[in-house]
Amino acid sequence: MSGQAATLTGVRADREQIVSRPVRRRRLGPGKPIKFGAAIGPVLLLVIWSIGSATGWLDPRVLSAPWTVVTTTGDLIADGRLQSNLLTSTQRAFVGLGFGVLLGVVLALLSGLSRLGEAILDGPIQIKRAIPSLALLPLLILWLGIGESMKITTITLGVFVPIYIHTHNGLRTIDSRYVELAQTVGLSRWDFIRRVVLPGALPGFLLGLRFAVTGAWLSLVVVEQINSTSGIGYMMELARTYGQTDIIIVGLVLYGALGLLSDGAVRLIQRRALSWRRTLAD
Amino acid sequence: MATHTGGLTLTRTPASGGTTAHGTAVEVRNLVRSYDDRAVLDELDLTIAPGEFVALLGKSGSGKSTLLRALAGLDYDVSGSGELVVPENVSVVFQDSRLLPWARVLENVVLGLHSADERGRQSLAEVGLAGREKAWPNELSGGEQQRVALARSLVREPALLLADEPFGALDALTRLKMHVLLRKLCEAHQPAVLLVTHDVDESIVLADRVIVLDEGRIVAEEYIDLSTPRSPADPRFAAVRTRLLDALGVSL
Repeated sequence: MSGQAATLTGVRADREQIVSRPVRRRRLGPGKPIKFGAAIGPVLLLVIWSIGSATGWLDPRVLSAPWTVVTTTGDLIADGRLQSNLLTSTQRAFVGLGFGVLLGVVLALLSGLSRLGEAILDGPIQIKRAIPSLALLPLLILWLGIGESMKITTITLGVFVPIYIHTHNGLRTIDSRYVELAQTVGLSRWDFIRRVVLPGALPGFLLGLRFAVTGAWLSLVVVEQINSTSGIGYMMELARTYGQTDIIIVGLVLYGALGLLSDGAVRLIQRRALSWRRTLAD
Repeated sequence: MATHTGGLTLTRTPASGGTTAHGTAVEVRNLVRSYDDRAVLDELDLTIAPGEFVALLGKSGSGKSTLLRALAGLDYDVSGSGELVVPENVSVVFQDSRLLPWARVLENVVLGLHSADERGRQSLAEVGLAGREKAWPNELSGGEQQRVALARSLVREPALLLADEPFGALDALTRLKMHVLLRKLCEAHQPAVLLVTHDVDESIVLADRVIVLDEGRIVAEEYIDLSTPRSPADPRFAAVRTRLLDALGVSL
């Protein structure tokens, strides 16, 4: 604007200025997204970590260098420790998740479809929800020992609550107009559950599943650090006693990757199963 | 026979024929319905002959929907008394299409029926939606959704079709097309029809008989014996409309 004014003179210049002034409007939104923006933060961290390790500013006893972590991963894969521990951990998480999902869905159906079921089940589950699953560990260890059954039970208890809460909520928020429709077309109870209740509660269930998957990994981390003899958590615990920060980092990366992968899988299922929905996100 | 809360007798006549002992499709005697001690239907009597198209007019709160819901058996928590004889095979079309959003069009049409896909397809073709069997309800326009709802009702070959302002949410042009379609379908399937509407012209165009409900009582009844297609330009049409509007308390 000022540059333009300099090339023009007199009153006419002022008018010209007003006419040619670009429309300046303050933009309230954050603007266009940056390409690969999501990668910038993590890469920056990695660079700082590398520089810190290379200059000796980061003591390997505190944090191993990134390249040590990579070579350690190679070693762990070569001697098969990584695969066998990963397999054990994944199995635990999936068995616990499976039991938890089944339990959560059955309880949600019982309490969502019958007032008696709700009266009996909903209260205790809400109380259970207030108690963090991991706080039950001392009791579970006394009851079940420190073996696999304690680990699976802990994961199951952590999983079924979000499944129950969200499925139950999904059931209860099914539009009553559809219930009325089911009545006018004379649906049987079973057809009503299959055609109206289950598909209607599916969005809620899948949301619960996302929380459940995260919860399963969280419980897994904790139970694997209690007197385990296998699993990623055991591998990390062992590394702690020997001061091997590189192996601990490998374990953390594995947990992170597993969490991301499983969340991605649930989101994929969500997109496929709910293709009838046109939402804001699509 | 089922006993209703508050001394109502509801009889459902079996599917075949769908007529009562007196040869009627619907018989309503002394029907009383009240919410919070306010009578919505006040000793109402009504009979509908098999294949007869009855339109029910009335102001908001006149009890039209209450009567329709009573006939549909959708009023379990309402207190009332009286005698109701309705066919066993009743279909309802609501103001909203009420399609299950997670079921494809054909699944919606045959909802609750077994191995009826072929009949469902025919029904869809009848309402002009052949080829849209696999669409999701959300992909259809409002008028198309309502046509699917009609197909869902008629595939059941009802002895009584109850329609609660089925075209109320459609635009004027679509509504006119739906009138033609509904007439055609009713001639083909011959159900007794009770159409609840607030549109006087719609009632005259479609019905054999128009009933005006006010404060839970029938205050006017008009048999429409105009030749089809019925045109609002016909002076007799205009005369009927004036009488109906009078009964509704609207004087021009």
